[in-house]
Amino acid sequence: MMESTTIDTSKEFLNQLTTATQDGERIRLCLQCGACSGVCPFGFVMKYPPHGMIAALRAGMLDDLIGTDTAWMCVSCYACTQVCPAKIPVTAGLTTRVKEEMLLAGNVPSELQDALEKAQRYDNPLGESPRKRAEWAIGLEPEVTIMAKAKRPVDVLWFVGDYASYHTRVMPSTRALAKILQALDVDFGILGPEEVSDGDSVRLAGESGLFEMLAEKNAKAFDKYEFNEIITTDPHAFNAIKNEYPNLEISYPVRHYTQFLAERLDQLEKLMKNSIEATVVFHDPCYLGRVNGIYEEPRQLLQAIPGVELVEMSHNHENSLCCGGGGGGMWLDGFQWEKAQVRISEWRVREAVSAVGAEENGARILVVACPYESPRFEDATKTVRGAEGLLVKDIAELIAEAMGIEG
Amino acid sequence: MNIAVLIKLVPDLVEELEIDENGKSLDTTFMRLIINEPDEHALEQAIILKEREGGEVTVLGPSFEDMDGVLHTAFAKGSDRMIKLVDSFELGVNNHALARAFTSAVSELKPDLILTGVQAHNDLDGSLGPLVAEYLGMPFVGYVSGVTTSGDKLTVRKEYPGGLIAEMEVTMPAVLGIQAAESPPRYVAISKIRQAMKTASIEEQSISELDARGGPTVSEMFQPQVGERAEMIEGDIDQIAVKLVELFGDLGVI
Repeated sequence: MMESTTIDTSKEFLNQLTTATQDGERIRLCLQCGACSGVCPFGFVMKYPPHGMIAALRAGMLDDLIGTDTAWMCVSCYACTQVCPAKIPVTAGLTTRVKEEMLLAGNVPSELQDALEKAQRYDNPLGESPRKRAEWAIGLEPEVTIMAKAKRPVDVLWFVGDYASYHTRVMPSTRALAKILQALDVDFGILGPEEVSDGDSVRLAGESGLFEMLAEKNAKAFDKYEFNEIITTDPHAFNAIKNEYPNLEISYPVRHYTQFLAERLDQLEKLMKNSIEATVVFHDPCYLGRVNGIYEEPRQLLQAIPGVELVEMSHNHENSLCCGGGGGGMWLDGFQWEKAQVRISEWRVREAVSAVGAEENGARILVVACPYESPRFEDATKTVRGAEGLLVKDIAELIAEAMGIEG
Repeated sequence: MNIAVLIKLVPDLVEELEIDENGKSLDTTFMRLIINEPDEHALEQAIILKEREGGEVTVLGPSFEDMDGVLHTAFAKGSDRMIKLVDSFELGVNNHALARAFTSAVSELKPDLILTGVQAHNDLDGSLGPLVAEYLGMPFVGYVSGVTTSGDKLTVRKEYPGGLIAEMEVTMPAVLGIQAAESPPRYVAISKIRQAMKTASIEEQSISELDARGGPTVSEMFQPQVGERAEMIEGDIDQIAVKLVELFGDLGVI
């Protein structure tokens, strides 16, 4: 457990940044080119966008940096890290650490505080009852295996995640994925009430202690059961278990569900008999694409669906634009709206509309692979001109529809 | 200034409440307790006063499960002492008994000011603050949303229904029922709570006997019953929405 106390001086903080993260010493190489701040979706409203954070620290202005609140505009989308010519770990080594300091100093927007307190108390940021974590599965036939009840090893442990378990818009995609796994005869189980938040987004919102507490709880549950691998609905859970849990000595093989399904494409193709005549764009989730390099599997799945015509948005693959939900953005909607007067999800939906063309040309679908995105984008379609009739669907929903097992 | 904060735990409404087989109390099988929200504001107000005027904040609470966590969080936020009242507290303990227990524990501290939440959702026999004030012979002001001090005098803002606010002067020592702190309760990072768990110690004070006299006896506890005039709309979300729109149309509200 890392002991967190507030840092007193800029120099001390800079020194800590260079040692706390892998490649952190590269921060010293910053030439102030500003590429990070230019690519940052909310850089234009930050008092200290990424390169400005480094400049402020070099100028000994830690107090001012921690005292302003615009670092809470950072959605941890990794665009800055991706573009940095000096390969500085901007997201992991700078913006996240600045948020940690702000949090320790008590500089936390109330919306975010609410989500963090709920995650502390209920193990999920939505504040739902931990006992109801598997309620999305009620009524599915055959019954979804809950590990504590089944008391047997399974091939695949499915880490369902917070929004996939509790959010009413996301639950249909969760049920769709369950039905797909059942149709593929996958021997899988879920942890149900023993599963807690993966913690990745609270970590990126500066609450590293809470992240560790949640990871330890999940580790305890993982340790109780036998399985060969973990699959996740959520790219954030995938990222946490793949890249962050091992730092806490919690190591399990893990894949995102799109990787798992792409491996079974032959089997799926035989089952997808319904044609879905639609022009489709795929939104690369930050923590699937940019952070973990998974771009092709979701596209392979979409191209295998009969009738689907896949086109690309102007920002795609490693240049994908964030949905706005990462790094605490899910819980800062009002705060970020007040600062920016715009939502990134609305920009993204505008891009989707440009890519798929007008409504009269036929069905149009914005496809997602992250549980944060369906609610965010579906809301945005209600306010963006031209997005009338644009559907937002998870890949799992579309596959289930092609298989005739949706609903 | 020496401030005491009295904290009570109440059933967490995230879990649905169920009635025990005896028909007179709540079923505690899956029940979790949570700090009473106005008490959280009382704690925040105490820490704000301490930061502004100096002094010491002592937090007291009965020894329900999870009280340690609540006290450690209070310490991490900036309180100085934590005292747990130890007795066989049952969930159904009434506020008369609780107030007497608090009174005996708090009088030894000789506080200048006692803060507690103005009310709790399980207050069946009145709220805690006035009872404690009565037992201690101190003045009480409830529904307070702001406190300033000057010598041994307090100026408190008391909220009335209908948007009225009164400013009152009170002589210390006094008991205040806090409706809302001057600013919302602060966030405290888990790392700080974990540090508090390692470094801070909780004092225990045993309560000789719980005295519940003066409170009511529950003869029956039951879920709210559907009234005869209520019309329950059945169906899925879409069917219910259509029906609601029809009803609103008939009523002339849309």
